[in-house]
Amino acid sequence: MSNNKKSKKWLEPRVELPTAQYRLITLASFVLPILIWCLVSYVPFIWHPNVQITDPGGVGYFKEGMMLKREVFDTESAKMASESKALPHGIPANPIYLPAPDEVVRALYTSFTTEPQRRSEQWLHESLWHSITVVFTAFFLSSIIAVPLGIICGTYAAASRLTEPFVEFFRYLPAPAFGALAVAVLGIHDGPKIAIIFIGTFFQQVLIIANTTRKLDLSLLEAALTLGAKRLQLLFKVVIPGVLPELYRDQRILLGWAWTYLIVAELIGTSSGITWFITQQARYKNFDNVFAAIFIIGVIGLLSDIILSRLGKRLFPWDKSSNKA
Amino acid sequence: MKPLVLPSYLDQDPAVKNRFDALKQRDIILDVKNLGKKFPSKNGEVTALKDINFVTHRREFVCVIGPSGCGKSTLIRILAGLESASSGEVLLDGKPVSGPGPDRGMVFQGYTLFPWLTVKKNVMFGLLNQGASVVHAESEAMQWIDLVGLERFADNYPDQLSGGMKQRVAIARALAAKPRILLMDEPFGALDAQTRAKMQAYLLEIWRNIDITILFITHDLDEAIYLADRILVLKANPGEVHELIEVSVPRPRNPEQFISPEFLATRKRLDELIHPPSEDDDDDKLNMIRFTQAGDDIEPNE
Ligand SMILES: Nc1ncnc2c1ncn2[C@@H]1O[C@H](COP(=O)(O)OP(=O)(O)O)[C@@H](O)[C@H]1O
Ligand SMILES: [Mg+2]
Repeated sequence: MSNNKKSKKWLEPRVELPTAQYRLITLASFVLPILIWCLVSYVPFIWHPNVQITDPGGVGYFKEGMMLKREVFDTESAKMASESKALPHGIPANPIYLPAPDEVVRALYTSFTTEPQRRSEQWLHESLWHSITVVFTAFFLSSIIAVPLGIICGTYAAASRLTEPFVEFFRYLPAPAFGALAVAVLGIHDGPKIAIIFIGTFFQQVLIIANTTRKLDLSLLEAALTLGAKRLQLLFKVVIPGVLPELYRDQRILLGWAWTYLIVAELIGTSSGITWFITQQARYKNFDNVFAAIFIIGVIGLLSDIILSRLGKRLFPWDKSSNKA
Repeated sequence: MKPLVLPSYLDQDPAVKNRFDALKQRDIILDVKNLGKKFPSKNGEVTALKDINFVTHRREFVCVIGPSGCGKSTLIRILAGLESASSGEVLLDGKPVSGPGPDRGMVFQGYTLFPWLTVKKNVMFGLLNQGASVVHAESEAMQWIDLVGLERFADNYPDQLSGGMKQRVAIARALAAKPRILLMDEPFGALDAQTRAKMQAYLLEIWRNIDITILFITHDLDEAIYLADRILVLKANPGEVHELIEVSVPRPRNPEQFISPEFLATRKRLDELIHPPSEDDDDDKLNMIRFTQAGDDIEPNE
């Protein structure tokens, strides 16, 4: 077994990878999709179902730069050939909704350097900043109520019975369904957007935090009791410090959740933020800009999660699971 | 109670006899009276404990042994106040106890150190609950950590300690709260044999040096004899006191005594109580099927 141990490591269930392999495979998780994208974009005949006209030849309605289906192009060229007119020329192309990587990179660069074409348009970073403030405001408001409530529900059976059945019911109601109501109550600006993200996050948050709190090892509470801890001391000196790292991990996941509600929330009332940017650019068929915006959201999400995970290791040096993840 | 049937070394060794006489003169710390415990279950009630009566004297070391499932943990949890009794009562220094409190320290079989606190802060926990100032709690805690020999690890988190070290901290943490009695539920059960032997020696050393009464649960007969003044033997279904044995092995104890006649006689007596010889012993034999011709030149097949 030991002679080919190294090469078979990645086939063994739940065995840690050596550092070099770990890094390599992490890198591959990003490089592989980009590689596929590049192949599809730059190597013709993998996909390229369209033709972009470079020279209309004898076809009346063809124009330079025009994009059309390969079959249409082929029938037209055949027709020209049989009528012995000038043949049209074109290069294979992908549909407009799949821009090539270099186009997206260029769009990304342009969006930060050149002013928007229309006056009503926002800079990409302005839209982004608006979205970020909406998400974080909603998440903050949800957390300051849901986290303490969840901890109390997870600690005291009476609080749990009083709260959780209703929360359990409410979380099945789709948050976007409250859109019209939220607009009626809170106006058309950021109010209803924050409300939707709040509704989408809050009820899940209470239940998740309560469950996490319930997972605290009961014997820790018993040990504290035999050491003379009483009522509130148990809550503040055992329950809360005991669940804090798990709770922090929950919050990281829930923050991602809040982001997914953003897209729906921003379509309510007056469109705004990154969603408005994306829908607007899609309408003008600037799909390179659309991809650039989506890409940036991904990067923001990933970066903030990495920062939070690093911070978690600092905050909870005693927690071995957070030191691994 | 039945008279002891083992050859009585109590009579042969006056030192041991004097020790027990003196012990029984001491104050009674814990007095357990007619204690019973029933658990509700699908088919009616299950009696986990029935009519438990015993006392522990000041600075006595009492072990409780019995087959697994006989109610040892239930007993100690009731004494600690973590479980309520169905009948009977528990007196500590003559006063009935209800609910858990720092006057009865507890060391559990599993590791129950607070993982978010350093060794020092774990030991300070009980002191701070009782309103000690941080400075006082800290210096007090350091003394207990010294006592269990872990001063180098005072600022480590429990996760960085070995199993034996964790239990030493747990002992220090329980003792720091100044309990009248230390309750221990198979505290060394999860440790390897070597560490366990070391821990037993440690515990005896600690017990010798401070004013503490210990009630120690184990299912290891040798451990019980090595540690205890008296051994409370429980039997299962329902958990009842089988017998209370006085251990005549002289103190201070050391591992050499494991083969002394007193030790072996006590061991034999406990063995008989816990594993009574029965007629249907044959049932215990494994239904062995020979799949292969296992015989060889060393151990021929029949
Ligand atoms: N909370 C409980 N509910 C129901 N039955 C229990 C409970 N705790 C213990 N028991 C039962 O009481 C008996 C004694 O258990 P325990 O005290 O843990 O035994 P021991 O520690 O001697 O192994 C067992 O039969 C067990 O199933
Ligand atoms: Mg037990």
